[in-house]
Amino acid sequence: MSSLLRLATAGSVDDGKSTLVGRLLYDTKSVLADQLDAVTRASVDKGLSTPDLSLLVDGLRSEREQGITIDVAYRYFATPKRSFVLADTPGHVQYTRNTVTGASTAQLAVLLVDARNGVVEQTRRHAAVLALLGVPRLVLAVNKIDLLDYDETTFTVIAKEFTAHAESLGYDPASVVTIPVSALHGDNVATRSGRTPWYDGPTLLEHLETVPVAPDPHDSPLRFPVQYVIRPRTPEYPDYRGYAGQIAAGTVRPGDEIVVLPQGIRSHVERIDTADGPLGEAGAGSSVTLLLTEDIDITRGDLIAAADAPPSVTDEITGTVCWLSSKPLKPGARVLVKHGARTVQALTDELHARFDEQTLSSVDDPETLELNDIGRVTLRLAEPLPVDDYGSSPRTGAFLVIDPKDGDTLAAGLVGERFS
Amino acid sequence: MTTLEPATDNLVALESEAIHIFREVAGEFDRPVILFSGGKDSTLMLHLAIKAFWPAPVPFPLLHVDTGHNFPEVLDFRDHVVEKHGLRLVVAKVQDWIDDGRLEERADGLRNPLQTTPLLETIAGHKFDAVFGGGRRDEERARAKERIFSLRNAFGQWEPRRQRPELWNLYNGRHRPGEQVRVFPLSNWTEADVWHYIAREQVALPSIYYAHERPVYRRDGMWLTEGPWGGPRDGEDVATKSVRYRTVGDGSCTGAVESTATTVDEVIAEVTASRLTERGATRADDRMSEAAMEDRKREGYF
Repeated sequence: MSSLLRLATAGSVDDGKSTLVGRLLYDTKSVLADQLDAVTRASVDKGLSTPDLSLLVDGLRSEREQGITIDVAYRYFATPKRSFVLADTPGHVQYTRNTVTGASTAQLAVLLVDARNGVVEQTRRHAAVLALLGVPRLVLAVNKIDLLDYDETTFTVIAKEFTAHAESLGYDPASVVTIPVSALHGDNVATRSGRTPWYDGPTLLEHLETVPVAPDPHDSPLRFPVQYVIRPRTPEYPDYRGYAGQIAAGTVRPGDEIVVLPQGIRSHVERIDTADGPLGEAGAGSSVTLLLTEDIDITRGDLIAAADAPPSVTDEITGTVCWLSSKPLKPGARVLVKHGARTVQALTDELHARFDEQTLSSVDDPETLELNDIGRVTLRLAEPLPVDDYGSSPRTGAFLVIDPKDGDTLAAGLVGERFS
Repeated sequence: MTTLEPATDNLVALESEAIHIFREVAGEFDRPVILFSGGKDSTLMLHLAIKAFWPAPVPFPLLHVDTGHNFPEVLDFRDHVVEKHGLRLVVAKVQDWIDDGRLEERADGLRNPLQTTPLLETIAGHKFDAVFGGGRRDEERARAKERIFSLRNAFGQWEPRRQRPELWNLYNGRHRPGEQVRVFPLSNWTEADVWHYIAREQVALPSIYYAHERPVYRRDGMWLTEGPWGGPRDGEDVATKSVRYRTVGDGSCTGAVESTATTVDEVIAEVTASRLTERGATRADDRMSEAAMEDRKREGYF
């Protein structure tokens, strides 16, 4: 089991996300005396009688002034069982954009709802985005249960509705957990609450500590985007030519037959190098340097892949994009596509559909995609790219859409059919 | 937030991520530079850069903004590291800016806030387009908001509301002429991760990170040492104590902590037991206001 869990939070404004995150940090003793002093001082200044734990995480001046979270922040905490990297995402207007940013690397997402309001539009939208990105596991934290006198019936109704929604998005019920919590008072966050005797599931922290994390896809075919060619040209290494990168999927061993894409040239792995010495095997997530038996012309942006299961090389991508910019996308737009270590020019050929997260249906042939829209598009590429379906290989199925004029990131892209 | 109990196998993932970031910058930018102060974070960053390009040399120079208030042990360490690894070092001396009138000494004598102008002018003068910093998101809540690739405008300013989304490990380094990107390969490391990795890799650090006897005096709740930054003043009594430094910055605002930890393992035990963050314990510059770090980052500081 991995000892590191990457998770993201999601939920709408005022559901108490910052308070929940502050509570997790506080209860795992990840808050040190000087930080708590600062929060206590600021809380007293605001006329509060107890420390406002949300101040631990709302790091920007205007966030504290407005009492809202503006941008994604990353938090680190640990228990003896596991370390956590938490992407704390805002619930405010720019919802999808921030949820996509926080969730693209998450293995689990904690969605919050206010027990008084239950599952709302924003909850359904967030869950749909998390499903789209393939976040493997969901937790629904039904917060502010204290304001409803710890009422079991309310919790059960919300839990049922949410689980049904998650199932309609393709989640297996076993990967969805619902927990009644009060972030303000700490009920069922890190300590089991005596006020919810009817609840026999884990606390939020127990669940985070024990939930199985899907291993990196070691049994998939090798995918190795070449980031950089290492050519020392020093007296000690006059002829060294290594291809440096991070293994995106699969495993590699010396002797493996590989194919270099998009060229389609075959070769074999001679050695796997690291600064600590050569390896007999390396798996997904490792940053290594590959040396090949043949001297081939390979540059940054090429992909080294398993010879017996290469991805398709295409000059046209059809995929799903989460539009993250206030500049709308129109057919005919010229953009850049960054995939692996390669950036190519692209032309937006067609907007096929816009996805409606509320009804889980799609609208055909939209005229534009606006901020936070999710749509299916076809992009014509100036140079061919080796791509996988996002569902089978997220690292080689993901791409960025970039504005060629100012370099802004316009969209998160996922190769293949993600909704119908 | 400081995390106290990391699992050591996280270090494999953190190292791999940092190496990926270094190689991405080498592939995407024309003129990157590593900001190097000789402190533990920048020393660790350099160690990772060396690993990322082995057996080739590190393809970036180092940049040190010298406040003139450095600890001599740290400057010696800096020069030793540069020579040992055959690196190129650019030094921007705050004193030069004061001498020719481009900067004015502050009434409180602190040089740390004066670093921003020499940093930005040196970046512009050398046309550096990517600047590696050793900042970690766990250090401070404004830093927790940083992207790994952080775009700065032509004035070097950070605008937290206009940050680019950062998706998967697809870092976007596009920028317009004059703009620069600050890159933080240690973003996801905590203070404890840094020390565990230093132990695992046996990374050499300046001697002042380990306990030693030093004459110190108390100011604003911190143990400061004598130096060109002025001190002790009248009424500030000097006493010799066993101390070490948790961070290494400008001597005028970096305090020592009382300590007997002389080995990496003893330091790890001490950091694990501490109830103070490293900045809260020893950095006066972060105490100036509720949003001190955010305000300096907006101006162009790291």
